[in-house]
Amino acid sequence: MGIVVYYSFLTRGPWGTVIHEFTLDSYRLILDPLFLKIFARSVKLAVLAVVICLLAGYLIAYWIAFYGGKRKNFLMFLVILPFWTSYLVRIYAWIALLSDHGLINNFLIEVHLIYAPLPLLHNEFSVLVGLVYTYLPFMILPLYASLERLDRSVLEAASDLGATARERFFRVTLPLTKGGMLSGSVLVFAPAIGEFLIPELLGGAKAMMIGKFIALKFIGLRHWPLGSTYSLMLLTMTLILLYLYMRIGGGKEAYQEQR
Amino acid sequence: MNQTSPRLLFIGCMFLFVFMYAPLLVVIVFSLTPTEYGVSWEGFTLKWYQAVLDNKNIQAALKVSLMVAIPCVLISTAIGTITAFTLYRSRFFGRALYQGIIYIPLIMPDLVIGISLLLFYTSIKLELGVLTILLAHISFTIPLTTLVIIARMQRIDRTLEDAAMDLGADEWTTMRKVTLPLLKPGILAAALLAFPWSFNDFVITFFVSGVGSSTLPIRVYSMIRLGVSPVINALGTLIVVIPLILVVIGLLLERRRV
Repeated sequence: MGIVVYYSFLTRGPWGTVIHEFTLDSYRLILDPLFLKIFARSVKLAVLAVVICLLAGYLIAYWIAFYGGKRKNFLMFLVILPFWTSYLVRIYAWIALLSDHGLINNFLIEVHLIYAPLPLLHNEFSVLVGLVYTYLPFMILPLYASLERLDRSVLEAASDLGATARERFFRVTLPLTKGGMLSGSVLVFAPAIGEFLIPELLGGAKAMMIGKFIALKFIGLRHWPLGSTYSLMLLTMTLILLYLYMRIGGGKEAYQEQR
Repeated sequence: MNQTSPRLLFIGCMFLFVFMYAPLLVVIVFSLTPTEYGVSWEGFTLKWYQAVLDNKNIQAALKVSLMVAIPCVLISTAIGTITAFTLYRSRFFGRALYQGIIYIPLIMPDLVIGISLLLFYTSIKLELGVLTILLAHISFTIPLTTLVIIARMQRIDRTLEDAAMDLGADEWTTMRKVTLPLLKPGILAAALLAFPWSFNDFVITFFVSGVGSSTLPIRVYSMIRLGVSPVINALGTLIVVIPLILVVIGLLLERRRV
């Protein structure tokens, strides 16, 4: 029990510390236009990442769940595996691919499709690629789980009642996997919005995100109160999101069980 | 495949799998060839690996990484086991709240964890260094080990424990002779999965490591800031491949039935 107390102390103690650090000055700076701009860009990129992950993740999860056959477990294993490898190295790999002398530009120049390197790195595009690449497994897992749970006889019933494949997908499969789509979206959005390393390495100055901004305040400028205020905001947002998700998700599951 | 999948769906998925694996493969392939950049394969070499092994900074960083990761795995697996027991077996006031607190770090942005820990350590006047890195790693791996061990616990047949008690074993003996051996694969899996978490962590370590001590990821990060190089490719390959072997073993153990 002593350890238990010790542990809860570790996770909770810091917040108290953060609260002691702030004065109202830092809060006024939340309205700083530069911060608001960066915040808006972070939200935009995180939402885009969610949308792309949702589309791509659904494709993969659907294919594995319905056509995976005996290889289902192995395929899901392949999906999870990158998640356990060094995240730093995976992001670094994208620098090697996208930079001006990177693999993609070199290849395109060599085959004479382009003559000057395309600006692939250090912009919002590269950050978005990094976000989707890093968090795609987070989307696939819950989607796969909900597609697996989907009662196949419901699909058969839909077909028997004359639904075309498309109708069946949009009116039966999609609504019944809403829960998985919701969990996946939260799991991608929450880390994506606070991402530090991806904008740091792939973003450059043009694609600053809130996470990098906070880190800059902390490490670069050593402006701890302001950095704390911003990170507290980020945390609050994440927790609100999670709370909403649990409310909606919980309600939905109860509803599904009733049926 | 027992059904023929629509061709478009299949092509889309293959494309996405390539998207997921190509970057890592590129790093691995180009760590084995002498060219610095370029799309051509110019023969096989291990000289970049030699350069990695000879690099004093990398050696130092590896030492710090292992000094952190090994004790971290041992301690957090132990704490995770105890926590799992507490959460699963006993009913106490605030149990649900406590369970919630345990899972929060799993979804909290790493950046926020890093900053909170940094503020915490400086406010209790703990000097940043290997010790703070270790403490930080222990605190973020505990949720993982707890989760993995609880998952295993839920699959244990409780009648076995009841049988032991009926046959006259006291609670302590039952735990030692029945529950723990049954849990062993789960505990081992938790340890094997916690290792790469600790070993690979960058963001949290970045905040809580002082000037003097850098783990391998921190070292790689400062090398990356200087640009792409085959030495990083080689080092990256090693960092990816070695912990991965542990993970594969860990996941296989986790899957195995009781």
